Amino acid sequence: MNQRIFAGFLIVGVVMFAIAPVYIARAPYESTMGLIQKIFYFHVPAWFVMFSAVFISGIFSAVYLFKQKPVADRIAFAAAEIAVLFGVIGLITGPLWARKSWGVWWQWDARLTMALILEMIFCAYLLLRRYGGPGSDKLAAGLALFGLANVPFVYISVNVWRTIHPATSVVPQLAASAPGMFGPFVWCTISFFVLFFVMLMTRIRLEEQRAEVERLHLIVEKG
Amino acid sequence: MTQRLALVVMVGLLVNTAAILVLGSEQPPAQEEFIPIDQLPPEDQLPAAPLLITAYAIVWIVVFVYLWSIWRRLLVVEREVSELSRRADGDEESRS
Repeated sequence: MNQRIFAGFLIVGVVMFAIAPVYIARAPYESTMGLIQKIFYFHVPAWFVMFSAVFISGIFSAVYLFKQKPVADRIAFAAAEIAVLFGVIGLITGPLWARKSWGVWWQWDARLTMALILEMIFCAYLLLRRYGGPGSDKLAAGLALFGLANVPFVYISVNVWRTIHPATSVVPQLAASAPGMFGPFVWCTISFFVLFFVMLMTRIRLEEQRAEVERLHLIVEKG
Repeated sequence: MTQRLALVVMVGLLVNTAAILVLGSEQPPAQEEFIPIDQLPPEDQLPAAPLLITAYAIVWIVVFVYLWSIWRRLLVVEREVSELSRRADGDEESRS
C-alpha cells in the first residue's frame, strides 16, 4: 500500500481514538447503570473488531487450505493475532462493567463462556504457529475455521439462552432508543475499525517481510 | 445406659435449639424489595469511576503497546531483509 495513504489512515485512527473519550463523556447517562455503562463505547466495538478479525482469519485460512496460497496464510495469521488482541480488550472491559452493574466479575453463562472459548481457540492458533513446527500452518488454518464456525454461536447465544447479558437487539435499536448514545458509539466503532485496518496492513507487511527473509536466507546459503 | 443416651440427646437438642434461637435473632431481616444503589450504605456502594478509568486505560495501553510492538518487529525484519539483500547481491557480483 502507498505509504502516504497508510500514514493517513494511521493519523485518522489515532486522532479519532484520542477524541473518542470527549464524545463519550458528552453522551447521556444510561438510566439504571449510570457512569459504568460508558464502558459500552469501547467494549462493543472491540468485539465487533474481534469478530471481523476472526472472519478474515477463517476465510483466508480456508483459501490457504484449499488453494495453497501463501499470501492467504499471511493474512490469516495477521488477523488471528489482532483477533486475540481485541478479544483480550473485550474480556477485560466486560468484567469491569459487570462488577458494577451485575455485582460479579464473571458469570458462566452461554455468551461469556463461548466468547472465552473463541479467544482460547485463537490463542491456541498463535501458540501452534509459534511452537508447532513444520506443518503447523495447515493445522492452525483448520483451527481458525473452527473458530470462525464458533462466531455465529457466540453472537446468537445471548438470544437463545437468555441470561443477565443484554441481548443483541440493544445495538440495532440504539439509534431509535438512545440517539445521544448512537453518535459516540458510531464514532468509537469507526475509530476501532480504522485502527484495525492499520494494524492488519502493518501485520501483513511484517509477515511478507518474514517470508522475504526466509527466501533471502535460502539464496545466501546456496550462494 | 438408655437413660444416659436419652439425656445426651435431650441436652444436644436443647443446645442446638438455643444456638439456632441466639444466631437467628442476630440475623438481619430478609430483604424483600429492590433498594436503589444511592440508598445503600456507603460500604455497599461500588464506585463506577475507578472501574471505568481502568477499562479505558487498559484499552489505550493494549492498543498502543501492540502498535509499538508491530512497528518494532517490522523494523528488525526490514533491517534483516536489507542485510540479507546486500549479502545476496555481493555473492552474485563475486560469481560474475
